[in-house]
Amino acid sequence: MRRRPFTVLALLVLAALFLFPFLWLVSASLKPRERVFDNSLWPDPFTPANFSEVWQAVPLPLWLLNSLLVGLAAALAVTLSSALVAFGFAYFRFRSRNLLFGLVLGTMMLPAAVTMVPVYLEWDWLGLGNTQVPLWAQNLFGSAFFVFLLRQFFLSQSREVFEAARVDGASFPRLFTSIALPLVRPGLIVVFVFELKNSWTELMKPLIYLRDPDLFTVPRGLKAVLDRFGQGGEAQWELVLAASTIATVPMIVVFLLAQRYFLSGLTTQRR
Amino acid sequence: MSVVRRESRWAWFFLAPWLIGLALFTIGPTIAGLVLSFTDYDLVNPPRAVGVANYADLLADPKVGTALWNTAVFTVLHVPLQIVLALAIAVLLHRMAVARGFFRTVLYLPVMTPPVAMAAMFLLLLNGQTGAINELLSWFGVDGPQWTTDPGWIKPGLVLMSLWTVGSTVVIYLAALSGVAPELYEAARLDGAGRWGQFWHVTLPQISPTVYFTVLVNTIASLQTFTEAYSMFFGAGAQSGTDGDAALFYVIYLFQQAFGALRMGYASALAWLLFLIILVVTAFQVRASRRLVHYEGSPR
Repeated sequence: MRRRPFTVLALLVLAALFLFPFLWLVSASLKPRERVFDNSLWPDPFTPANFSEVWQAVPLPLWLLNSLLVGLAAALAVTLSSALVAFGFAYFRFRSRNLLFGLVLGTMMLPAAVTMVPVYLEWDWLGLGNTQVPLWAQNLFGSAFFVFLLRQFFLSQSREVFEAARVDGASFPRLFTSIALPLVRPGLIVVFVFELKNSWTELMKPLIYLRDPDLFTVPRGLKAVLDRFGQGGEAQWELVLAASTIATVPMIVVFLLAQRYFLSGLTTQRR
Repeated sequence: MSVVRRESRWAWFFLAPWLIGLALFTIGPTIAGLVLSFTDYDLVNPPRAVGVANYADLLADPKVGTALWNTAVFTVLHVPLQIVLALAIAVLLHRMAVARGFFRTVLYLPVMTPPVAMAAMFLLLLNGQTGAINELLSWFGVDGPQWTTDPGWIKPGLVLMSLWTVGSTVVIYLAALSGVAPELYEAARLDGAGRWGQFWHVTLPQISPTVYFTVLVNTIASLQTFTEAYSMFFGAGAQSGTDGDAALFYVIYLFQQAFGALRMGYASALAWLLFLIILVVTAFQVRASRRLVHYEGSPR
């Protein structure tokens, strides 16, 4: 590897560029108001009071709790339902299987904006307009991308294991819960973390469905903070950045803990 | 009853959630949206049939033209830059034997950041007077533009910001690169290919199906850009001065018409136009791929 010094240098520069916004965010969130706009990475004077101030100005703990509950419901629902459907596609041989699986792939291409209005009207009609239910309940019906991903995981297991369990008299539901699911645990973790991240970062659905600030998730609350204290508001950017730090850090921690599964799960799907 | 018949009954049990969801949240709403697009509906009064009036309005609405233009400009800048940068980083990273995990993690971290937090950060980082990005440019003697207020620079600013999340594509390319057989590189070296030749004649053809997939997915996502631009330039605290038109992307306008102006019928017509545009763009890319994408075992 003759050119390695260049590779290392290029990657270090890139890493610095990618890390800089995080370091800047955390540092700026600890600066007093008049110093937020200087770009030094050392907060001087060190002002942790920004955090308690924004914590008192808006119900951040409540929003964090909402995000956590919505995220867990969304991730749990989509993991179980997608696994069920993926196993259906991976294990059983039936007529129209290829046609239906083609339909799964086809729905991945359907832009979400097309169904945005009618799906809102559905939830509104069910009386669930200003609630958190529409933020996760759709996940009970699986998601095309995760069905596709988990099907790959099921297909990569040897079929004999399943057949052997059948011969031993296991029913299909039992085969699914006690044999199939444990075998694809890494895949389930990937889906769970991925959906947790999707839910934790989602803004459009909360904008559409949630009107009551007590129901807000973190991104929706953060948008309210940005509107009030940032852009065109009271110009208290140190509070916006403190809230942004609080919104960002939990997901980064989850990612660092789960990344072994997460990145490897995404990088080992071969054809 | 035969074993196969009994099995296929169970198959329907496993597929049931998806089939129900398909009817309730995909096929049903898609058709309902088409029907709604021929009505006026404000949530309060019952829908009123108006024929093709919404589509006629849409063609005459200057904001639709602005939104389409903005979306097209963003997509044309964002997708190729994202793909080329991701490919370059992935190739560099693939060459690294040590600390690959560290770099991969660092590059992926931005993907885990809530877009609203990212929007708040970049409003300040891109700020024309005090932002770190212009400070960095000034080290090289470049006088940076007003990324967040100059209508001509808002879209390039958003594109620049979008590159921060290139990690999601990098990770996909890394997987593809590790699937290329080493023998192919050896053969190319024996034929006298240098690094660039190897990349051009081995790497690129081998991973072209993956590149094609990411172009397709990135384009569809890019045509639906919403969250970052909406967080930065719209909503209760919308910045005055630019009146937001330079960042008015198609889905933002759709969202405003549906949930701001409560024009559900008009918004549905807008959604169907987007659907058609995405279908045409995708069909075009599928056609182009027949010539450009190399599949294992098929003649080129």
